[in-house]
Amino acid sequence: MTTVAATAHTEHGHHDDRSFIRKYIFSTDHKIIGIQFLFVSLFFLLVGGLLAMQMRWQLGFPGRPMPGGGILPDTMAPGGVILPEYYIQLVTMHGTFMVFFAIMPLLVGVFANFLIPLKIGTHDMAFPRINMWSFWTFLVGGIVMLSSLFVPDGAARAGWTMYAPLSARHDYSGASIGQELWSVSIIFVGLSSILGSLNYITTIINNRAPGMTWFRLPLSVWSLFITAILGLLALPVLSGAAIMLLFDQTIGTHFFDPGAGGQALLWQHLFWFFGHPEVYILILPAMGMVSDIISNGSRKPIFGYHSMVFAIVGIAFLGWIVWGHHMFVSGMNPTLGSSFMVSTLVIAVPSAVKVFNWMGTMWRGNIRFHVPMLHAVAFVAMFVIGGLSGIFMAATPVDMQIHDTYFIVAHLHYVLFGGSLFALFGAITYWYPKMFGRMMSEGWGKVHFWLTFVFYNCTFFPMHITGMAGEMRRLYDPNQYTFLQPLQPIRVFISISAFLLFASQLIFFVNFWWSLWKGKKAPQNPWEDNGLEWSLPSPAPHGNWERVPNVYRGPYEFSSPQVAEDYLPQYKKLPTDREPAAASAATH
Amino acid sequence: MRKLGLMAVAGVAVLALALAAWMRPQPSAEQGGATITGKVKFTGTKPTNPKIDMSEEPKCKAKYPGVPTEEIVVVNPNGTLANVFVYVKSGLPATYKAPEPAGDVTLDQDGCRYHPHVLGILVGQKLAIKNSDGILHNIKAKGVKNRPFNISQPTVMTSERTFTAPEVMVPLECNVHGWMHAWLGVLPHPFFAVSGADGSFSIKGLPPGTYTIEAWHEKYGTQTATVTVAGSETKTADFSFAAK
Amino acid sequence: MHWWLPFKASTFAGPIDGLFLAILIITGIAFVLVEVGLIWFIVKYRARPGRKAFYTHGNTRAEVIWTTIPAVTMVALGLISNHYWVQMKGRNSIPANAYPIGVHAKQFEWQITYPGADGKLGTPDDFTIRNQLHVPVGRPIVVHLSAEDVIHSFYVPQFRVRQDVVPGMDIKAWFQATVPGTYELGCSQLCGLGHYRMRAQVFVHTQEDFDAWMKQAAQEASQ
Repeated sequence: MTTVAATAHTEHGHHDDRSFIRKYIFSTDHKIIGIQFLFVSLFFLLVGGLLAMQMRWQLGFPGRPMPGGGILPDTMAPGGVILPEYYIQLVTMHGTFMVFFAIMPLLVGVFANFLIPLKIGTHDMAFPRINMWSFWTFLVGGIVMLSSLFVPDGAARAGWTMYAPLSARHDYSGASIGQELWSVSIIFVGLSSILGSLNYITTIINNRAPGMTWFRLPLSVWSLFITAILGLLALPVLSGAAIMLLFDQTIGTHFFDPGAGGQALLWQHLFWFFGHPEVYILILPAMGMVSDIISNGSRKPIFGYHSMVFAIVGIAFLGWIVWGHHMFVSGMNPTLGSSFMVSTLVIAVPSAVKVFNWMGTMWRGNIRFHVPMLHAVAFVAMFVIGGLSGIFMAATPVDMQIHDTYFIVAHLHYVLFGGSLFALFGAITYWYPKMFGRMMSEGWGKVHFWLTFVFYNCTFFPMHITGMAGEMRRLYDPNQYTFLQPLQPIRVFISISAFLLFASQLIFFVNFWWSLWKGKKAPQNPWEDNGLEWSLPSPAPHGNWERVPNVYRGPYEFSSPQVAEDYLPQYKKLPTDREPAAASAATH
Repeated sequence: MRKLGLMAVAGVAVLALALAAWMRPQPSAEQGGATITGKVKFTGTKPTNPKIDMSEEPKCKAKYPGVPTEEIVVVNPNGTLANVFVYVKSGLPATYKAPEPAGDVTLDQDGCRYHPHVLGILVGQKLAIKNSDGILHNIKAKGVKNRPFNISQPTVMTSERTFTAPEVMVPLECNVHGWMHAWLGVLPHPFFAVSGADGSFSIKGLPPGTYTIEAWHEKYGTQTATVTVAGSETKTADFSFAAK
Repeated sequence: MHWWLPFKASTFAGPIDGLFLAILIITGIAFVLVEVGLIWFIVKYRARPGRKAFYTHGNTRAEVIWTTIPAVTMVALGLISNHYWVQMKGRNSIPANAYPIGVHAKQFEWQITYPGADGKLGTPDDFTIRNQLHVPVGRPIVVHLSAEDVIHSFYVPQFRVRQDVVPGMDIKAWFQATVPGTYELGCSQLCGLGHYRMRAQVFVHTQEDFDAWMKQAAQEASQ
C-alpha cells in the first residue's frame, strides 16, 4: 500500500485540497496520468495524420503546389511543392509519430493507466511517482521528436525503421541533427515504456481486489498485462539499439557501418527483435478492449474466455520468434527464413481463435449497436483483412514479390488503423464517461464511424492492388517507373479518400472536445457493464473507492439466468455468493 | 508647409545614404591595385575523358549533338588547360577585409553537367544552384570545414546556399547522375580565378605585397608560385601541368 | 489499369503466382466466412426488446475445430512455401551453369559489371555499364550484389525477384528470364533522397542478340 493511495483513502469524499498543479499537471493519480497521455497522444495522432496528408498530396498530385504548402520553408517545399528530402522526412515522421507517439501511448499509456486500477479494484498504481515519470519522459521524447522537424536539414529521413547505415551516417542521409534527435527521442520513449510496464505488471500481480482471481480478470486487463511484459522485455532492446545508433551518429563508433567493420544487418535484427513484439504491443490491448466491448454489446459472456487468455499468451510468446519475417530478403541466411516462416504462419492460429471467439460471442446475442460496439465490430472485420493479408507475406516465396511494396503498407494499416485505431475510437467512447463524467455525442459518433469506415477502406484497400502490381514503398514519385504510371488514377483515388478520411476524423476531435463541456451528464453505468469501474460515480473520484469492492464473479456475466436484468456486475453480491476468502496483498 | 516636409524627407534620405556609404566596408583597393595574370599550359598527350551514356535522361541527351563526355581534363585547342582554380593562398595582410560580395555565384545544372565545372566563391556569398534540366538532380556538398549538405531539385528551380569557412575545394556531386562533379573553392577574399577557354586567368585588385599563388587541378593536383606586386602593376605567373 | 501481379517474365513467376492464388483462395474463404458471419449475426441477433441473449461461456468442440483447421492449413502452407523457397533462395539453389553478372549499388545508381568474352567476373575483360542490365533469355543468371554505401534492394517485378543489397556483404541471387523484352529494375529499400529515381533498364535478349550486344559493348568499353 502506497502513501498516496492511503491518503486518498482517508480523504475520499472530502474536499480535494491538492493544488491545481499537483492535481492536473504533476499528478500521480493514474486516471489523470491516463488523461494526460490521452490529450498528448491525440495531438500526436493529429500530427501524424497531417504528415500523411502531405504524403498523399505528393503521391496523388506529384510536383503540384500543395494547398497551404506555401507556409513551409524552401528547404521543405519551395512554393508548396514537396521536395524528395521532405517527402522521406514525412514518411519517417508519420511512421514514428503514429507508432511511438500515437497508437502505442493511446493503447498502453492511456488505457493501461486508466483501466488497470479501476478494473482490478485498487486505489492507484503500485508506484504512482514512477507512473508520473513515465508520462513526463514520454512527453520529453515527443517534444524532442516534434522539434526535430524544425532543425537545419530537417527531421530524420531513413524511414521509421531507421535502417542503418543510412541512418547512422550523415553523409548518406543528408540530415544530421534530425537523425540524432530521433535517437534521443526514442531513448526517452523506451524509458517511458519501461517505467510504465514495470508499474502495470506489479500492480496487476499485487493489487487486485479481494476475489479478483486471475481468471476473473477482464480480457482488457489480461491483454494489458501481457503487453506490459512484452514492453518490459522489448523496449530495452530498442533503447539499447538507439543508444548504439546515437553513438554511431555522434561519437564515431561503427556498430552499423560496414565500411569500418560494423554490421548493417545488426540494426535490423535489434530493431525487429523489438519491432515484432511491438506489433503485438500495438494490437493486444486493442483486442482486449474489443473483447470487453463486444461482450457488452452482444449482452453475452465472452465465448471461450480461457482460450482467449491462452491466445493472448500464445500470440505474445510466438511474437518473440518471428522477427526474422521482416528480413526474408535482407540477406539473412535463407534457412532461417524457413523457420521464421513457420513460426509466423503458426501465429495465425491464436489470431484465428480470437476472431472466431468474438463471432461466437455475437452468435445468439442481443446486440446493441452503441458507438463503441460499432467500432469493435469494425475492428473484427478489418483485423481479419489485415491478418489474412499477413499470410501472403509470411509465405517466403510470395514475400519476395510483395515485400517493401504497398501490399505491406495496406497490410500494416489494416492492422494498425483498421485494428488498433478502430478499437481506440471504440474504447475512448466507451470509457469517456468514466474519465470525464460526460457522454460523447452518440449521433456524431455514428456519423464519424460510418464516414471513417467507408473512407478508410477506400484509402487502404486499393493499396493491395498497387502493391501487387509492384509499387515500392517510400517512392517520392512512382511515375518515374514506366510500369507504375498506369496506376496513377488509383493513387489519385487513394489520396482523395485519404483527405476525406482525415476530414472525417475532425468530427471525432470536435465531438471529443465539445462533449468535455457540453456532453450529456454520464450516469454511473451508462453501458450497463459488469466491470468494477462502473461501481464508481462518473467521473471516477481521486483514489477511486473508499473501500474497494469484493469481487464475486467473472467480468462477462451478461444475460445470466440468475438475475432479471441482462447484466450482473462483478461487485454485485447475490444471496448465493460467498465473500471471497483471501484478500490479495494490497487490500485492506 | 509642404515644402518643409519635402525638405525633411530629402534630408533624411541624404543622411541615410551617407550613413549607408559610411557603414559599407571600404572597397579595399578594388579599383587600382595590382594584377596577376598568366596561362596554364598543358604538356604531354591529351587524355580522353570518359563518355557519358545519357540514354536514361533523354532530356539531357538531346542537348548534345554527339556523345557528351566528362570534364575531368579539359585541354583547350591552344594547348592550355581549362578549369584550373588559381587563387592567392597566402600573403594578404592580416588586417585585410574582404568586400561585401557583389551578387550571387550561379551554378547551373544544364544537360546533366555542371556549369561551370570549377568555380570560386566568397565566404558568406550566396551560391545559387540552378536546375535547368527539370529532372531530378541532387547536390551533395562534401565539405570538411563547411557543413556538408545534400539537397535535391526534382524540377526546374533554384536553391541557395552559403559557406562559412574557407575551403579549397568543396566537392559537389550529383548522386542521381554519377558523372556529375563540380568543384567549389571557398575563400575569404576575392583573389581567385579559373582558367578559361584560352587557358588564361587574371586576379585583379591586389594590394601590394608578396603572395603565394596556388593553381589547383582536380586530376593533376596543385602548383604554387610566389609573386611580388606593387602599386598597380601587372605581373605574370604561368603554370604548366604535365599529363600523367 | 492493372489489377493483378505484373507480367510473368521469369521461371519464378509461375510458382509464386500459383502460391499467391492458393493463399488468396484460402484467405478468401476465411474472409467470406467471417464477414458474412458478422453481417448475418449483426442482422439476426440485433437487440430486440424483451429478449435475452443465449447464456453460454463457449463450446469446447467448436473451439477445437476452429483451432485445428487453421493450424493444419498453416503448417501445410508452410511446407509448400518452403519447397519453393529452397528452390529460389536456398543456399545451394544457384544453378551451376548460371551466367554471372556483377551488380554494384550506390546512391542512386546501379553499376552493372559484365564478365566479357570469357564469361567470368573478376577478369580484365570485365566492363561496367551504368543503369543497364542486359541478360540472355532462358539461361540462369546469378547476380553478385554489392553496395557502396547504404542498403539498397534489387527488384525486378516481372521476374518476381528481390534481394536486398547490403554494404559489407556479398550476396548472390539468381533468376532465369523467360520472355525477351524491356523491363525495369528498381530499388525497393529506402536509400536516401534519390531513392525514387534509382532505377535501371532491364533488357532480356535472345542468346544471339545478347552475344552481339556483348561483343559491341565490350568493344565500346575497351576504347
